Amino acid sequence: MQLTEKHKQYWQKNLRLTGTLLAIWFVVTFVIGWFARDLQSIKILGFPFSFYMGAQGSLIIYVLIIWYYARAMGKLDREYDVHEGDE
Amino acid sequence: MAATQSNAQFFSQLKRYYTFYTGGFIAFVIFVAILEQMGVPNKVLGYMFLGATILLYAGIGIMSKTADVSEYYVAGRRVPALFNGMATGADWMSAASFIGMAGTLYLSGYDGLAFVLGWTGGYCLVALLLAPYLRKFGQFTIPDFLGARYGGNIPRSIGVFAAILCSFTYVIAQIYGVGLITSRFTGLEFSVGVFVGLGGILVCSFLGGMRAVTWTQVAQYIILIVAYMIPVVWLSVKHTGNPVPQVAYGYVLEKVTAREKVLNDPTTPDGAREAEVRAIFKQRQEASEAKLAALAAGGDAYLAEEKAKLAKDAADLKAKPEADPKAVAAADKALADFPADAAAAKAAWKKAADGAKAKTAPIASHAEPFAGKDDAARDKKRKNFLALVLCLMVGTAALPHILMRYYTTPSVSEARKSVFWSLFFIFLLYFTAPALAVLAKFDIYTLLVGSSFSELPSWVSAWASVDKTLMSITDINKDGIVQLAEITIGGDLIVLATPEIAGLPYVITGLVAAGGLAAALSTADGLLLTIANALSHDVYYKMIDPHAPTTRRLAISKGLLLVVALLAAYVTSLKPGDILFLVGAAFSLAASAFFPALALGVFWKRANKMGAILGMVGGLGTCMYYMYITYPFFGVNAPLWWDINPISAGIFGMPVGFAGVIIGSLLTAAPSKEIQELVDHVRYPNLEGNA
Repeated sequence: MQLTEKHKQYWQKNLRLTGTLLAIWFVVTFVIGWFARDLQSIKILGFPFSFYMGAQGSLIIYVLIIWYYARAMGKLDREYDVHEGDE
Repeated sequence: MAATQSNAQFFSQLKRYYTFYTGGFIAFVIFVAILEQMGVPNKVLGYMFLGATILLYAGIGIMSKTADVSEYYVAGRRVPALFNGMATGADWMSAASFIGMAGTLYLSGYDGLAFVLGWTGGYCLVALLLAPYLRKFGQFTIPDFLGARYGGNIPRSIGVFAAILCSFTYVIAQIYGVGLITSRFTGLEFSVGVFVGLGGILVCSFLGGMRAVTWTQVAQYIILIVAYMIPVVWLSVKHTGNPVPQVAYGYVLEKVTAREKVLNDPTTPDGAREAEVRAIFKQRQEASEAKLAALAAGGDAYLAEEKAKLAKDAADLKAKPEADPKAVAAADKALADFPADAAAAKAAWKKAADGAKAKTAPIASHAEPFAGKDDAARDKKRKNFLALVLCLMVGTAALPHILMRYYTTPSVSEARKSVFWSLFFIFLLYFTAPALAVLAKFDIYTLLVGSSFSELPSWVSAWASVDKTLMSITDINKDGIVQLAEITIGGDLIVLATPEIAGLPYVITGLVAAGGLAAALSTADGLLLTIANALSHDVYYKMIDPHAPTTRRLAISKGLLLVVALLAAYVTSLKPGDILFLVGAAFSLAASAFFPALALGVFWKRANKMGAILGMVGGLGTCMYYMYITYPFFGVNAPLWWDINPISAGIFGMPVGFAGVIIGSLLTAAPSKEIQELVDHVRYPNLEGNA
């Protein structure tokens, strides 16, 4: 079927959300990983910061990224009327 | 509305079943604990644990047997997000995660966190780039998607080949884990253990396909997470008084770091003794290296001369009137063990030199990232760390047995939520593993190191008698006190021995073994099913006989499952190579072969058949080629590219894969209108509107 303007907008918003969340994912994983040696002098809860991020902090952020995506996309589906019927 | 009603009912029914099941399992553990107090021997308890859990999985398998195609391949597409999350967690967490991860962290500290990061962060890619779209597409396998999106049998066939290649590599590692646990806790021979464990895998997937595997995996997840948590919580209470190990171990880590400094400082009494042991290892290393150098110069003549010397020593000893029988036996053994030819001598002495050299280095700091002697060494470690993280993440988002799980949810939005639950359940174990590693390290650095050889804890000798590579401890400098450099610990020991290190009753050890078995079995189930489905559904049904009746399709699938399982068990019983490498290789292969074609298939409409073929073949080919030329097993040993280790070969495969898809697509015509419409169909959860 032919996509309407509204459909295209939905996809643009989805792309923007996906891009933003991927950027967070990238920074948390690779930027912090790259500077791990420079960040180890900062302490939280007794952990050096870079160790904390590798062992716990990044993991918590990953879980939150996916949680937020599922929630935001659920809302977006309804707003643009592309949600599934049986919910 | 009727569907909603039944879905909600189904969900509450499932919750009731699994609550009841968890209660039953806890009751069983308590029952075994009582038996232990009554004096039932440990071996019987071990049998009870392994037997009861395998029977349980078989029971679920039999109850879920099915002859319906959609039930068999995708569990009827009605698995609620929460339960699919648990099943994915069990499917995901393999023997390597359950047994190996904490050990890797114990041995390599920060650098081992690459596995923790890679195996969790990959779910962001699954959630954002693939799962919801694959669910909307809604077929049965990953090659199905490639076949429909790119048209024709070639992309599908490449997909089948790559799916089998990475799943088979991975499944060998799992069956190995099954064999290891079965043989250790029942005393059966390793190769027999492999086949016994295989029986447990097959009863489940054979009868009910994805449906049986899904419900068994939920049960397995519950066992494995309970088994993992109990000993860690116990250790945490013991050392910190805080029952939440993930919070408490930061302070333990500080103490470990302080202890490392003491042991590395030769001006302290403990540090001086460590330095003494290291110096002895240094001498041994130099002695072996001197022999190697002499061998290189003198060749066979040198070897014969050395052997003659040993023979003379032995003869001299025997000739003495008051010969010490121990010394004679030692001299005879030295003579018998002497390498037969120059190649064997070189290998043996090189091994001795490397083994001693590993013990000469000061203790690496647990929390320090990329420790190394200079900037170049540190830089190399950092590069490999990040490359490995990327390969593991992208591989996660490309392994067919995981992606397939998102076909089983009732809807696109459930698929999205289900990725969240998957990662949440995986996260529970993965953020506990680093805590376990630190707590175990604290125990060993403070309680074992500095203790007397005459009073070693019983678990040390028990494990040393099982396997010298897991635990061995010798008084190198003969002072009667344990130094850290005198202890050799294998990574796999940490999780399996934690209950004993923490001084817990044997019932917990049995529980941990059952958990490890659940982890290995559940992953093996998912992988075998992926391989059998790729062959029966994609090759037989889609390519050879599209008119095959349902019964024949399922019969073929089940037959193939059996053949593949036996083949995998046979390959495993040959014990091929390093488990961690096999696992890593599976991720690199999947990342290079699938990810570019799958992700661009959703996000770039212009991607076409030629692009997919070029990208998949190029990516997979590059990855396999790099592994072949650099992994020592294959014997080529070419120089590394930019110092990247063979386990991260995907770092070269992925860009080639992306370039292949893009170049191939731009050089040929855009895909047909039907295919472009398929992409739109996949992108929107519902394009038809809600009436």
